[in-house]
Amino acid sequence: MSTLTRQTLSHLDWLEAEAIHILREVAGQCERPVLLFSGGKDSICLLRLAEKAFRPARFPFPLMHIDTGHNYREVVDFRDKRAAELGERLIVRSVEDSMKRGTVVLKSADEPRNKHQSVTLLESIAEFEFDCCIGGARRDEEKARAKERIMSFRDEFGQWDPKNQRPELWNLYNARAHRGENIRAFPISNWTEMDVWQYIEREGLELPSIYFAHQRDVVMRGGAMMPVNVPLADGSVINVPRPGEAVENRLVRFRTVGDITCTAPVESDADSVTKIVIETATTTITERGATRLDDQTSEASMEQRKKEGYF
Amino acid sequence: MSNLNQNISSGHGEHADSLLRFMTCGSVDDGKSTLIGRLLFDTKTILADTLNQIERTSKKRGMEAVDLSLLTDGLQAEREQGITIDVAYRYFSTGTRKYIIADSPGHEQYTRNMVTAASTANLAIILIDARRGVLTQTRRHSFLAKLVGIPHLVVAINKMDLIDHDRAVFDRICGEYRAFADEIGLGDVRFIPMSALNGDNIVDRGEAMSWYTGPTLLEILETAPAAHTEQAEAFRFPVQYVCRPQASDNPDLHDYRGFMGRVESGSVKVGDRVTALPSGQSSIVKRIELGAVSLPEAIHEQSVSILLEDEIDVSRGDMLVPSDEQPVVSKDIEGMVCWFSETPLSPARTYLVRHTTRTSKAKIAAIDYRVDVNTLAQEPVTSLAMNDIARIRLRLAQPLAVDPYADNRATGAFIVIDESTNNTVGAGMIVSTGAGATAA
Repeated sequence: MSTLTRQTLSHLDWLEAEAIHILREVAGQCERPVLLFSGGKDSICLLRLAEKAFRPARFPFPLMHIDTGHNYREVVDFRDKRAAELGERLIVRSVEDSMKRGTVVLKSADEPRNKHQSVTLLESIAEFEFDCCIGGARRDEEKARAKERIMSFRDEFGQWDPKNQRPELWNLYNARAHRGENIRAFPISNWTEMDVWQYIEREGLELPSIYFAHQRDVVMRGGAMMPVNVPLADGSVINVPRPGEAVENRLVRFRTVGDITCTAPVESDADSVTKIVIETATTTITERGATRLDDQTSEASMEQRKKEGYF
Repeated sequence: MSNLNQNISSGHGEHADSLLRFMTCGSVDDGKSTLIGRLLFDTKTILADTLNQIERTSKKRGMEAVDLSLLTDGLQAEREQGITIDVAYRYFSTGTRKYIIADSPGHEQYTRNMVTAASTANLAIILIDARRGVLTQTRRHSFLAKLVGIPHLVVAINKMDLIDHDRAVFDRICGEYRAFADEIGLGDVRFIPMSALNGDNIVDRGEAMSWYTGPTLLEILETAPAAHTEQAEAFRFPVQYVCRPQASDNPDLHDYRGFMGRVESGSVKVGDRVTALPSGQSSIVKRIELGAVSLPEAIHEQSVSILLEDEIDVSRGDMLVPSDEQPVVSKDIEGMVCWFSETPLSPARTYLVRHTTRTSKAKIAAIDYRVDVNTLAQEPVTSLAMNDIARIRLRLAQPLAVDPYADNRATGAFIVIDESTNNTVGAGMIVSTGAGATAA
């Protein structure tokens, strides 16, 4: 055999090829998978990867969003528009329905609902008998994610057991599960926030407008910026300023979109993907550190939520 | 579909760079966490809020300087027990390259974790404490790196600051390691004297060891070949999924049959003659697609769809290969297996073997011997316990298209699944095929 200088893929092409391979393994190994699509940047990338993996056929799975009822209207509208453009089925299940059923009980009316998504997710998995949920989680987000498998096994209670994970070697993924158990598949495990933005730029992907710099009323609360007086889809308004808080109008954008009550924007004048790529390269704050107030409660809060069935 | 075929970058932000996956072997005592922390810190991967957090923790634990090893601090479950339980994956990039580090713990379940980390690594950093030299653990790590076929090794002789940066000690350890490396047949091995604590010879050279004129660790990482092998490999394309969009309202697609998969080795061009295994039917490559883009060629590691000129029967688990460069198709395989499960391997049971995209029932035909990873001695055994490594023979219910692992990592590897729990209980590397093989 001859020695040669190998042609290799660029890092973005490699990550794309790996993610497509993982999506096709899900399709090949699982009977009833579902792709979790929130309208956020990571799951937007998943949709493009699914197009590259399965077109010209339809996706071999529906899309599903677990709606907290605390989502920005722009993101919800984008979610519906994108699913319609793709011609794929979108299932929406709501934390508020779980509250009505009594399976989610809030400590207070304005409590962040991110962690309660677990309950609604597990109820939806049971309703549709999904055997695999595809999600856009990345290992660089948080240390409990750094040890997560690409195909991650959950028991019948949806629990992740970090001490008892299946060994995952080469690209031989084991997505086998008994009835009632579940696999969570993470095709972009090996992507960083920067990779996501570079991919969005390269592919020319559309995003909800709140990812770009815009004027917004905020207050400073507990050292973080809190968006205030945010209108919801049902016409109500959330995050009303507390007495004594000074409302300021600032130029901001969101690095991550989630529950309005616990997702803080960052100050930014980046009004294009290219400017966001540059800003991401020079930022001094991690994605979750800057924006996810619910992860700051305890050093281990993500680990705890994942054990309880969170994505 | 929106602009799926406008796959053109504006050129901002994206580097035409490559990706290197490497692993670190060693225990906390060798300074492994400090080394990784140093790599992340000196390549400016650590952002201010994370740094503030570890500064606070360092102070809380009564340390004067910032303890970079805290950057790789694990899960709550691990901190409670003071152990590292699993392989962690970490990321950094330098502008010319993106890196994925598989950080494998040194103590608990070392074999299982190391083999897992090694399976996707193209380079391994083996840490040696300069005060202690080559230890049993060093031999074990090196043997496993060799077993799983990591092509490039970097022996990092750390804690040089604790032995006054003594060149003679460095030279002695290099000599000792080289003798051992020759014994087990390790190929590309490089040595670096370093201090992870002070950051010498990792990203920056430092001034403490001016006698060392070789490359720093980062210089080696930046120039190491990104591909697993520089040898030409035969085209191997395990089919993951067959795309048949019959329900589409586009009549042009009614006869569309795309075989979806990843090019596990080699490359394929439109016009190439390929054979589907195990059926043996052959055809010509009519089209290669990625998304809505037609490609003239697909290279190693690319995920594509392949369309053939003729309608031949191909489904998930089959493999497309060049008609003139076929692997062996066999129901009998021999290989080195690493056992992961607390439940011992039982020769009386039937297991599932997963090889590329094919799953087959399998029986253990024989356990030839177990290897003592510390002494490399071969011992007869009748069963395998967790972390055992052994040469075994398997009899399969379905034929597999295999290459020896030494020639092809993708078509030479398999995992063993316990059907009752669905757990992955073993991993294997094929050495050869037994009786009943059909040579191409």
